[in-house]
Amino acid sequence: MAQIIIKNLRKEFGAFTAVQSSSFTVEDGEFFMLLGPSGCGKTTTLRMIAGLELPTSGEIYIDGAEVSQKPASQRDIAFVFQMFALYPHMNVRKNISYPLVSQGMPRAQVRAKVSEVAEILGITALLDKPVSGLSGGDRQRVALGRAIVRDPSCFLMDEPLGALDAEFREHMALELRALHDRMGATTVYVTHDQLEAMQMGDKIVVMNHGIVEQFGKPQDIYDWPATTFVAKFIGSPAMNLLEFNDVAGNGATSVRLNDAAIDVPEILSGTNGKLTFGVRPEHVHLDDAAPYRGRIIASEYLGTTQIITFDTPLGAVKARIKADVAVRIGEVTGLRFDSRSISLFAPNGHALLSKANQKVLSHG
Amino acid sequence: MSFSITEPSNRQKWIAGVLVIAYALITLMPLAWIIATGFKTPADAIAYPPKVIFEPSVEGYVNLFTSRSRVTPEDLAALPPPETFYDEIVRQYDMVITGPSKYGERFLNSIIIGFGSTFLSVFLGTIAAYAFSRFKVPLKDDLLFFILSTRMMPPIAVAIPIFLMYRQLGLSDTHLGMILLYTAVNLSLSVWLLKGFIDEIPIEYEEAALIDGYTRFQAFYKVVLPQAATGIASTAIFCLIFAWNEYAFAVLLTSGTAQTAPPFIPTIIGAGGKDWPAVAAGATLFLVPIMVFTILLRKHLLRGITFGAVRK
Ligand SMILES: Nc1ncnc2c1ncn2[C@@H]1O[C@H](COP(=O)(O)OP(=O)(O)O)[C@@H](O)[C@H]1O
Ligand SMILES: [Mg+2]
Repeated sequence: MAQIIIKNLRKEFGAFTAVQSSSFTVEDGEFFMLLGPSGCGKTTTLRMIAGLELPTSGEIYIDGAEVSQKPASQRDIAFVFQMFALYPHMNVRKNISYPLVSQGMPRAQVRAKVSEVAEILGITALLDKPVSGLSGGDRQRVALGRAIVRDPSCFLMDEPLGALDAEFREHMALELRALHDRMGATTVYVTHDQLEAMQMGDKIVVMNHGIVEQFGKPQDIYDWPATTFVAKFIGSPAMNLLEFNDVAGNGATSVRLNDAAIDVPEILSGTNGKLTFGVRPEHVHLDDAAPYRGRIIASEYLGTTQIITFDTPLGAVKARIKADVAVRIGEVTGLRFDSRSISLFAPNGHALLSKANQKVLSHG
Repeated sequence: MSFSITEPSNRQKWIAGVLVIAYALITLMPLAWIIATGFKTPADAIAYPPKVIFEPSVEGYVNLFTSRSRVTPEDLAALPPPETFYDEIVRQYDMVITGPSKYGERFLNSIIIGFGSTFLSVFLGTIAAYAFSRFKVPLKDDLLFFILSTRMMPPIAVAIPIFLMYRQLGLSDTHLGMILLYTAVNLSLSVWLLKGFIDEIPIEYEEAALIDGYTRFQAFYKVVLPQAATGIASTAIFCLIFAWNEYAFAVLLTSGTAQTAPPFIPTIIGAGGKDWPAVAAGATLFLVPIMVFTILLRKHLLRGITFGAVRK
């Protein structure tokens, strides 16, 4: 079990910088998600933690020891590859026992350990089968078995569910999370699926173009995105972002959206210019008395809720409201925003510090 | 990779089967003729019209493995009765066996040189191909092209320089010299073929092994090699076929100690130029090792010669 600290980690491939300067901490026993769009440097970051790629600069501490230049075999970590990378010339049992054999563990002990792991994963019946005939889910379990069998200090998983069918993925996600809760080992998990990250993670790091955009608990990241990128990337539908020109002074508690005064959490780091107003769809309410108005142009029925799309003077706004509220396309109505939940972003895309988000954003 | 091919109909299978069998028969004909000739008497072998049905004889094989000398009928009569069947056969021609022929030695030379150079080519080729496939090698593409370019002219084009060089170095007519020569010729093929195979093995397997606590060499040895087995086997067959059949350099560079079977077999025909059955017997036996080797590795060969295009 271990804490992992990443400090100013950087990786260049020739002239291309895949990871700029990442810093974050994975606490002992945490299920930690590395989230970001494809090509943002998640795999590269994970491979540096594993020792499969050496960083250009920066430090990696696993359990207090600086390991950034150590080879993978000396880091006591387990890695689950995206395509599982089961040794195709070995059967299931051999695959799972392989890491133990390298440690020179006695045969009987290896056998016992493999049986125990197979029991946990429910693959006892497969132990003597070749890996080539296994289903995706079973391959996944064997890959996990190979990872957990030697009790490493941490698990690194690169999109481990990416190769599975959608329906099976959900099931495996639950299984993985349950396994983690049972073993309590520090896990760093890479995914590009924000829903998966929110569902499974204790903490999330959101990356984009090799830059760490935000790092924190799923709820905090969802409620208080640090940048417009995070606001757009997390949540489905994403946060509504409306650009407007205004001055948001220190201590201000409202902004003007197209002449409508909207209450916002008290601003602590004022700025001016082209600002962005952000509000989650569930914090948009239909209220004919509200000054900011829009015309309904679409509605999507989602069972318990529906998503209403409004055309407003500053752009489209989506609202998530109860499914039983009757709305008419074409109707013009007022939009009331939950003032406590509003985020404002400076022209450079970073969130303005406010009374509401300072706790979340000030730590880093 | 996946592509769909419609299952051929029964009729198509029949036609394909008949064509394949017909082709096989045509290509096997010379082979069958050689094998048959090995069991003819010298007279039958050159009979006209050619004899398809004949009384089998092991004379060819006896002549292949023995040296004989002619004796006068009086001396022959004075000898004690023949002890073995081959003594008997030889005496019908007024000859006696004076000792074994050189065929056994030449055959052994072929085996040593053929398998020795094949082993070296594949061994060096695998290591080089792995390095080219997995590591950053400065000027990699140029080096690979250079290696390939050694095959762009027929090897025999450099025969004279090699002949002179070998004489200087004392490598003429030595096993080592021939092994090195055939290895040099085969290495470019071996590096290129094997690089293709190793490129196809996902690097994740090795990385998984590294993480599982193995060294780079162990990962190579225990994970990459078993998976490159197909490529190694088919490369080995290609290398062996070349080294086994090579004639021109063997004629030029070997004459005694290290002479291989190909330049030796034609000399069996003897002064009278009549002993075709012995030549045919020598050729027949010469085919055996490579056939055995190919049959042993056939499982790999089929996938190997399609150069990785057929995947499971
Ligand atoms: N070995 C490499 N050489 C050159 N560029 C690389 C290498 N590995 C990754 N990259 C580049 O670095 C960027 C980040 O890659 P990666 O970490 O795999 O992204 P992600 O896993 O987030 O999709 C990509 O643009 C990719 O092309
Ligand atoms: Mg990736």
